[in-house]
Amino acid sequence: MNWDKFIVDGLKHGDPLIIGAVVSIVLVSIAIVAGLTYFKKWGYLWREWLTTVDHKKIGVMYIISALVMLFRGGADGLMLRMQLTAPEMKFLTAQHYNEIFSAHGIIMILFMAMPFIIGIMNVVIPLQIGARDVAFPRLNAVSFWLFFFGAMLYNIAFVVGGAPDAGWTSYFPLASTEFSPGVGNNYYAIALQIAGLGTLMTGVNFIVTILKMRAPGMTLMRMPMFTWSTLITCIIIVFAFPVLTVALALMMFDRLFGSQFFTMTNGGMDMLWANLFWVWGHPEVYIVILPAFGIYSEIISTFSRKNLYGYKSMVASMAIISLLSFLVWVHHFYTMGQGAAVNSFFSITTMLIAVPTGVKIFNWLFTLRKGKIVFTTPMLYSLAFIPIFTLGGVTGVMLAMASADYQYHNTMFLVAHFHYVLIPGTVFAVIAGMYYWFPLIAGFKLNERQGKAAFWTIAISFNVTFLPLFFLGLDGMTRRQYTYSAETGFGPLNLIATIGSVGLMIGFALIVYNIIWSFRHAPRETKGDVWDGAGRTLEWATHIPVPVYNFAVVPEVDRLDAFYFAKKEKRSLFKDKIEKIHMPSNNGQPFILGAIFFFWGFFMVFSMWKSAIVAGIGVLILLAMRTFERDHGFYIPVDEVKKTEQSYGGDSV
Amino acid sequence: MMKQLFPIGHVMGFIFSLVLTLVALLVVYTDMSYTMGMVILVSTAVIQATVQLFMFMHVNESKEDKNTLYINIIYAVVVSLITIFGSLWTLVWDW
Repeated sequence: MNWDKFIVDGLKHGDPLIIGAVVSIVLVSIAIVAGLTYFKKWGYLWREWLTTVDHKKIGVMYIISALVMLFRGGADGLMLRMQLTAPEMKFLTAQHYNEIFSAHGIIMILFMAMPFIIGIMNVVIPLQIGARDVAFPRLNAVSFWLFFFGAMLYNIAFVVGGAPDAGWTSYFPLASTEFSPGVGNNYYAIALQIAGLGTLMTGVNFIVTILKMRAPGMTLMRMPMFTWSTLITCIIIVFAFPVLTVALALMMFDRLFGSQFFTMTNGGMDMLWANLFWVWGHPEVYIVILPAFGIYSEIISTFSRKNLYGYKSMVASMAIISLLSFLVWVHHFYTMGQGAAVNSFFSITTMLIAVPTGVKIFNWLFTLRKGKIVFTTPMLYSLAFIPIFTLGGVTGVMLAMASADYQYHNTMFLVAHFHYVLIPGTVFAVIAGMYYWFPLIAGFKLNERQGKAAFWTIAISFNVTFLPLFFLGLDGMTRRQYTYSAETGFGPLNLIATIGSVGLMIGFALIVYNIIWSFRHAPRETKGDVWDGAGRTLEWATHIPVPVYNFAVVPEVDRLDAFYFAKKEKRSLFKDKIEKIHMPSNNGQPFILGAIFFFWGFFMVFSMWKSAIVAGIGVLILLAMRTFERDHGFYIPVDEVKKTEQSYGGDSV
Repeated sequence: MMKQLFPIGHVMGFIFSLVLTLVALLVVYTDMSYTMGMVILVSTAVIQATVQLFMFMHVNESKEDKNTLYINIIYAVVVSLITIFGSLWTLVWDW
């Protein structure tokens, strides 16, 4: 066997950054294994986490993975900024720069933003609709482990074999075997495929959960806004992700089996990849932004002490966005050479999206109007989101004009635009959501003083980092260029941007410190409705930390924000007696399935067919086992539920 | 007894989809006109989608609330038509 193909070029050339990465990965792995063995936590890890089907624990694992990936992608971003600090920097080589910006994009969108959003959905959605778990708890675990092992497969590319280097979009013909002969883009095709399957299943799971498992009395128009946004997001997932699945499969055939879908000869069409990628890619943008809108709606309404302004128009605008999101994809490649009529059409549909988005912005502003605003950390993120996101949106309308886009296309102006939409839109939202819903899982709030310090550091540094990029782009600096000469005059603004990125790093480090500090010192909450009794939706109606069965008695809902009005009118949402509770049992198969997929993917990347076939058979065996398995879950007896309820102090129910 | 346990629908669906795939493959391996090939590809694709919907996706099993089903199917058809004809317009017809 030839081991040479597993060794990345950086190691062969003795690149200190790659050696450092390899050494740190090995050291961290050893430390984790040693730590688990020393503290005798292997059994705990397997029983409580790796085999769990509890939506809350799966959500926590999603969020932890996303935070780890945030730091991996953030380190990538910092390295990119370091390289661009001054003209002619020698920090990264051109090849290494290509690999890092590809990794930064993929990781931040698919392995940070998506799982963070899905993690929050997992924790919150069943609680918000008064359910005890998602519709298919076991499938939920499969989703998580497919995402996790897909992400891991992508992450080892840097140290085993070679990283993808054709951008996060991996445009053909650059991504073809002709121009990218290494295994890097095989990793792209297969790791994304595995993770994408997980996402698709999540979409199905949450649609069924929301449509079928709502508490009695909760009609569609009585659902909290975050639940609405999740439902619409999942519909977009179910319709958009199959396109990615097909496109990646065709890419895999092209790269591994010599088919000609995206080549420039033999009837292939390289532009078809860009087309399919964005047919998925643009809805993907809304997949990460719509749940964020939902999170902001919840937070702004809670901390303005008012009901959400324009509930129906919020729902309608999201439905319109979900349809329009499938009608705009060509705006990502106006300059590809299609006719003026095509560009004009997609230009207009793109600008149309600003209308429902504008409706939402005004709804939030009217929710704030005359509200008794409480400046908590999640509220600060939400308030900062509105102006910063609007700036991102307005520059988006500038980019939407096809003729003007010939100037902006692939410049730093575009880079600045999408960071201005995605960071306040998604990153601020998931952090705000994490602060807001943290007590549900942990039983305590994150420290507010530290949280606010982190917020101001991040909000200011964000603008210092990305505002200069608008001007750099207008001056003609293109994206993905790894260096520039002093004569271009790009130096000073780039230096400012790099200083800002260091500030961002400090801000995110402060959040980690905040979490660790709060775990040790934050006062534990005693009752459920922790935000000074301002909670409006059902997740605040149960105890904190939420018991494994969520609600001892299923709540009954008679209107929007039922929990808030029940508190006001001093009645209870819980009418029934405690009965035995049916729960799904834990199972290790999803984890094992994910692990086998990981090996299958690895063998496919390196074209090791026999091993890949064996791993593929392993997948089929596990699926067959699941088909013939009879597992009806178990019941928590009434006594045990009562005992758990009393341990919380027992005044509710 | 065996009749209830044996998933006849699934097995039939599986066989159908294999056969349909093989028929589609004929277009590549035999010498036929472009029109003929296209007719075979489009018709096998439509039958394939129908087989999947009925045999595996249980489209005929929902008892109550057929409206949701129709809305879903219409949405799916609209999105796929947009994708197909949008791509053709952008990449091939180009006017």
